[in-house]
Amino acid sequence: MDEHLKTELRKQGIVATTLQELYNWGRKNSLWPLNFGLACCAIEMIAASMARYDMARFGAEVFRPSPRQADLMIVAGTVTKKMAPQVVRLYNQMAEPKYVISMGACAISGGPFKQGYNVLKGIDRYIPVDVYIPGCPPRPEALIDALMTLQKLIDKQSLTGADRPRHLQAEAPSEFIVPRFGAHDLEPPQNPEVWDAPLVNISLAGTDDAGKH
Amino acid sequence: MTLENIKSEMEANVPGCVLEIVGNPSPSGQHSLRIDPAHAVAIATFLRDAEHLRFDYCSNVTGIDWPGKEISEKVKAKKLVDGAEQEVEEIRKTQTIGHLEVVYHLYSMEKKHGPVILRMRTEDRAEGVHLPSLTHVWRSADFQEREIFDLYGVIFDGHPDLRRILMWDGFQDHPMRKDYVEPDDYEYEPTAHDQVLERARQHRTVMGAQ
Repeated sequence: MDEHLKTELRKQGIVATTLQELYNWGRKNSLWPLNFGLACCAIEMIAASMARYDMARFGAEVFRPSPRQADLMIVAGTVTKKMAPQVVRLYNQMAEPKYVISMGACAISGGPFKQGYNVLKGIDRYIPVDVYIPGCPPRPEALIDALMTLQKLIDKQSLTGADRPRHLQAEAPSEFIVPRFGAHDLEPPQNPEVWDAPLVNISLAGTDDAGKH
Repeated sequence: MTLENIKSEMEANVPGCVLEIVGNPSPSGQHSLRIDPAHAVAIATFLRDAEHLRFDYCSNVTGIDWPGKEISEKVKAKKLVDGAEQEVEEIRKTQTIGHLEVVYHLYSMEKKHGPVILRMRTEDRAEGVHLPSLTHVWRSADFQEREIFDLYGVIFDGHPDLRRILMWDGFQDHPMRKDYVEPDDYEYEPTAHDQVLERARQHRTVMGAQ
């Protein structure tokens, strides 16, 4: 339906809507995050949910202690290799539709601990991430911005067609490989279904021309 | 209370112990005392219980890896050169075996003095080297000795609960040892430089990419 026509009708007191619009409106305004934090980012997440920043304004105030009742996983903090299987297992236990916000430098890439022996280089190696927030740690405003970005993403989803969201595709996976503790590293070190190493041209790195190409 | 005094007192009270003062040339001048593992528990108990010492607080336990290194020295040797015996300088290379070292920092809450720093060395850097645990003398050493066991692979004899504390149980390496080889997970290094760049290049070569 034409967006202009819709607003014109609304001015006349006639509400025209679609099932898709209602469905997405309901989902995007009741995102219940999973109540867990891994490091200092969790403190900012708590601050964002409290009165001063008040995530409740966006319908995301109900932090659930059980993955069965949560829609949104906020990976807030450093994911150690010892913790990674538990994070993936929690994600697998969440019911569809489910979303992931990767909060802070550590959850994105390992951050300041990237070369550490016990730090996972980003949670997106094992589970699909919808929104990334850079920062160390990101401020509560940044988390709210990520939440609004996620709401916009949900709002754009169409219920039919090839690009419909994962939970409406029967054959799409909703559970992902839980890594096992190996003798030297996690096995597998990443889930190839979820993550491919982005192509980076490192041949020029370290030279004077590095920034020119 | 100087370290020399403590050393001579311990030598008098713990028969047979071998002590050595390890100097610290930096401005802080925190000299330490190397003790022999065989008498470590007796020495620690004496430091804790002696009336005027009372080191009742072990604030820190840490480990050091001293890898073996090659020492080359010039030696004069007699050799036959063109039928005549001549003195020739040659370089002799010796290989040291290296050690693992455990360091304890002790303070006294009661007497308000410290620190006294104790060091213990293993014989070599082999897998499964042993040192006596001081957890029964100072409870605070418990977790930190577990950490040293985890990261350096020193087995503390007499420790009540010696398990890995940071890495998982099935993990086999000791990450803080100098010869630790980390897994080759350098496939994505967007801002690589120095050592990381080197490792990222190696990873590309191994994987056969450009």
